[in-house]
Amino acid sequence: MGVQSEALDARALREDFPVLDREFDGTPLVYLDNAATSQTPERVVESITDYYYSYNANVHRGIHNLSQEASIAYEEAHDTVGEFVGTDKREEIIFTKNTTEAMNLVAYAWGLNELGPGDEVVLTEMEHHASLVTWQQIAKRTGAECKYIPITEDGYLDMDAAKELITDDTAMVSVVHASNTLGTVNPVRELGEIAHDHGAYIFVDGAQSVPHRPVDVKELGCDFFAFSGHKMCGPTGSGVLYGKEHVLEAMEPYLYGGDMILKVTFEDSEWNELPWKFEAGTPSIVQGIALAEACEYLNEVGLDRIHRHTRELARYACEELTATDDVEVYGPPADDRGPLVAFNVDSVHAHDLASIVNDTGVAIRAGDHCTQPLHDVLGATASARASFYLYNTKDEVDALVEAVDDARQLFA
Amino acid sequence: MVSGSDMYRQQILDHYKNPRNYGELDDATFEHVGENPMCGDTIKLFVKLAEDDDTVEYVSFIGDGCAISQASASLLSEELQGMSLEAIREMDRDDIVDMLGVEISPMRVKCAVLAEKVAQDGAAIYVGDKELDETTTEE
Ligand SMILES: Cc1ncc(COP(=O)(O)O)c(C=O)c1O
Repeated sequence: MGVQSEALDARALREDFPVLDREFDGTPLVYLDNAATSQTPERVVESITDYYYSYNANVHRGIHNLSQEASIAYEEAHDTVGEFVGTDKREEIIFTKNTTEAMNLVAYAWGLNELGPGDEVVLTEMEHHASLVTWQQIAKRTGAECKYIPITEDGYLDMDAAKELITDDTAMVSVVHASNTLGTVNPVRELGEIAHDHGAYIFVDGAQSVPHRPVDVKELGCDFFAFSGHKMCGPTGSGVLYGKEHVLEAMEPYLYGGDMILKVTFEDSEWNELPWKFEAGTPSIVQGIALAEACEYLNEVGLDRIHRHTRELARYACEELTATDDVEVYGPPADDRGPLVAFNVDSVHAHDLASIVNDTGVAIRAGDHCTQPLHDVLGATASARASFYLYNTKDEVDALVEAVDDARQLFA
Repeated sequence: MVSGSDMYRQQILDHYKNPRNYGELDDATFEHVGENPMCGDTIKLFVKLAEDDDTVEYVSFIGDGCAISQASASLLSEELQGMSLEAIREMDRDDIVDMLGVEISPMRVKCAVLAEKVAQDGAAIYVGDKELDETTTEE
């Protein structure tokens, strides 16, 4: 691993991402939709072709060479990914297809079995639909109740309210680590301590934190932690559920079938050991292997450096965008936010804005970013969002700001 | 490749900034509302029929949302005057695109057709062919 004190060289890193050379009618792509999906470096794509060209086979069950190679690569991928977020126990890393599936796994395997009337699940107003809808529906089916920790004016969690909402009736606290709309980074360690004081579990949605900052699940003290490969230079179809070993041990399986069993008779079955108990059927083998490759890539670039770089871009974007007073930026102040900026320009609807800036090659998102209830709280039906990653540059922020100005002129 | 600024030609911007027939109608024969749930665009259409109970005499609308959805409603409100309910129900997506006079990128078609769908559902409900509280474009 290189020296991480120096800033990363985004321009040099762009060489690793062939897609960034794309042009539309001569206009270069400015990709600022990384919170939705990040681009994929060459070596991660190569790990996929390498698998298919050299050792494609089913895992866990083969005696032959290819199956052995595939099994070892797939199983070791769990270790690499585990170490990436701070656990050295393979048992604690379950591969899923994304964050949403990891969330549902716990909601079904634990929630449906353990929740009932009188139990409460505490969420936040800034939850992504992945957790909000999941717990809301599990609560409906079990008679449990969902409560939401409100946000303050400047987009932080109201921790006084949190302390009141989390009580002995709380069975689960499910919070987003870094908000995909506000850019807020939540004090999940403290929330975990509060949850544990009341005998509740804490589930942390790390979809937006793991790609951008060093994360250590042991240090955070969470019981569950989930993230998606496609937001961290990995492939789609790769996601991770981390769970404390003893908690996973006590849980029922989520999906039944092959690979998740040890012994089967016509009458009954015994479950396989962790993590395989939660990976029924042929898993997404190549996605898991490629996710491990992505972790190694990010390690080499350096998470600290990525963190500083993308935060600086967000700070700069915030400052530049709010230089005119017809722009509203949601979330914490410019110098204390994650790597994204959600905003609205007074005279231009977010969808029109995204369409118009797309004309100059600038890719941003417009909509509710899967946080509809949060947008209700913010009093906006939609917002535009620019989100940054390791290969973005200040010039690209300038291109965004200029494109936003074009839109402003058009609608003036 | 449909370019963004092509989509925002003068006509659309004009209708967005100065919507025609904007406002509620007190003596509407029927009214109907629709929404793009994903975008949050809303359109409420008010239709007054002539004495034959079939020919549109006057249309107005209120709404909120992106330029494409609101300009479409404004353009449509002009287009609908004098049409029969049957003719309204026979319109299709191409009619709206023709009316707008620009190509609409695939992701924005929902915005463009909202007003038309509201008019068609409104007409169908009025003649008793359909039961529906609110039109949505996600189906
Ligand atoms: C905070 C957060 N949680 C969960 C998700 C869901 O991720 P996925 O769609 O990969 O399951 C996202 C991504 O959109 C997100 O930003």
